[in-house]
Amino acid sequence: MSKILKYPFKLRTRINTFVSDGFVTCMFLCPGRSCHQKQQSLPARPVIPLVARISDQNSSGAPPMTIREKSRLDKFRQLLSSPSADLDALRKHSWSGIPREVRPVTWRLLSGYLPANTERREQVLQRKREEYFGFIEQYYDSRTDEPHRDTYRQIHIDIPRTNPLIPLFQQPAVQEVFERILFIWAIRHPASGYVQGINDLVTPFFVVFLSEFVEDDMENFDVAALPLETQRNIEADSFWCMSKLLDGIQDNYTFAQPGIQNKVKALEELIGRIDEDVHLHFCRYEVEYLQFAFRWMNNLLMRELPLRCTIRLWDTYQAESEGFSHFHLYVCAAFLIKWRKDILSIADFQGLLMLLQNLPTIHWGNEEVGLLLAEAYRLKYMFADAPSHYKR
Amino acid sequence: MYFVEHFSFTMQSAELEIEDSFDFLFKIILVGDSNVGKTCVVHSFKSGIFIEKQQNTIGVDFTVRTLKIDGKKIKLQVWDTAGQERFRTITQSYYRSAHGAMVAYDITRRSTFESVSQWIREVEQYGAASVLLILIGNKSDLHANRQVLFEDACTLAQNVEAAFVLMARELMARNGMTAIDEISLEAPSLTLNSSHPVRDTLAPDKNCRC
Repeated sequence: MSKILKYPFKLRTRINTFVSDGFVTCMFLCPGRSCHQKQQSLPARPVIPLVARISDQNSSGAPPMTIREKSRLDKFRQLLSSPSADLDALRKHSWSGIPREVRPVTWRLLSGYLPANTERREQVLQRKREEYFGFIEQYYDSRTDEPHRDTYRQIHIDIPRTNPLIPLFQQPAVQEVFERILFIWAIRHPASGYVQGINDLVTPFFVVFLSEFVEDDMENFDVAALPLETQRNIEADSFWCMSKLLDGIQDNYTFAQPGIQNKVKALEELIGRIDEDVHLHFCRYEVEYLQFAFRWMNNLLMRELPLRCTIRLWDTYQAESEGFSHFHLYVCAAFLIKWRKDILSIADFQGLLMLLQNLPTIHWGNEEVGLLLAEAYRLKYMFADAPSHYKR
Repeated sequence: MYFVEHFSFTMQSAELEIEDSFDFLFKIILVGDSNVGKTCVVHSFKSGIFIEKQQNTIGVDFTVRTLKIDGKKIKLQVWDTAGQERFRTITQSYYRSAHGAMVAYDITRRSTFESVSQWIREVEQYGAASVLLILIGNKSDLHANRQVLFEDACTLAQNVEAAFVLMARELMARNGMTAIDEISLEAPSLTLNSSHPVRDTLAPDKNCRC
């Protein structure tokens, strides 16, 4: 397509000059208010209709539990009631999805935040929660001071843009929670600091820990109505679990983002081995993996999937060893190959990029994620420890 | 100014039926500080719709729109970049093939205007020598909070010899005013979908020796 790349154009002037003192808006706009009516029919990027978005499919409103689901839940309850949780068994069972009812406690355990030993839990939770609010007391006032001002400013402008269409996240109480979590994390991790996209990563933890206190309609739940202590616990737990996650992928966010660069390269290499048609198709139309997969890595596919799917995905990531840092690569490969038919049917650069940046996952649920994970597992099994397997 | 070789182009292949034809292809990179409204500008351009709350852009987003100008099919690829410093490594790789660069700032935040020179240096450093620059003062509906005078922007534009255009996107979307009311007569000549300068400037390039 881009013939122009191969034939360097001739330049005429160094910089072309136009000066005007008017407004040029018009061309970009439709007249006024009528816009809003059209809004819904627009194919925007994955900012998806929300009602089905936030709650996972095991939540209320879903059909009554099947016998299989019931026995899964019983199994989890049994594991969790043991005086010292068997983390290996818990991981094994969590891999294929954690029942909603036990997800908050299971996530706390799998992330390494909550000790396996039941007796120690209350004490550890209390200490960690106090520690977090100690950080707040110690550092949060410095957010407007010189060394931290830019960090805070960036977080502050990103928070209203986090999940912008879900009313829950527009509540001041919730936005303040996100700001504090991100600010404290950022100043405690100066090698990376706050990088756009990390704001998304708070969301699943916050939603899961909040879900313990919400029956239904989480999208419109008034968080400020919860007891203050409950709000604080949700905040501290979200902070610590997000920190654990980020510990494993910090090089995604350090200077020049080497973690992402490497993973995108690895993705390219992997696709070249498992699906040459797709790989050559990209080469032919000059699509670069970085052009679509950067965001997949930076935001852990959160921009490509409905939130309920991310939550389900993270059940498995937390059950896998190196789920976020390593297994995610295979999930991305499986995700890409999932669209191979659509990809191969498009024969131009812009069409391909528009597809890849707006993949139609809006109706995805547990079933699709389950299939994706199964395929990712297969890929990992075949390729992770066999660098020459199917080598091109 | 626009320096693309003139070509008509049809994608063909035995097994693939989709074709994509155009007379000109322009690649535009959109840069500027975080939260000045770059994505809103692109979205309005693409769809004619103003959506106030956009998620922050991660890396670079791609948009394409085809316009008919004087019977010519013009394809515009817009690369909408993330404003945050940390993404600079990735966004820099998009400058090289861009024909045009739009540098956006927010008229209600002085600091975003003060960054403009830095963005322009970035374009000069990484972009092709022939790149066309346009300055965009965004959010001009919020004139009550204005921190950047239009004259300041003009002065800057003249000093850097950059092209200059002031956009008032939100004015339209929020107040339901047609932008045409607001547009001075001389302004519309330079935008992505205004016809005259593109035609005027394209014409000589058709014969450029690429």
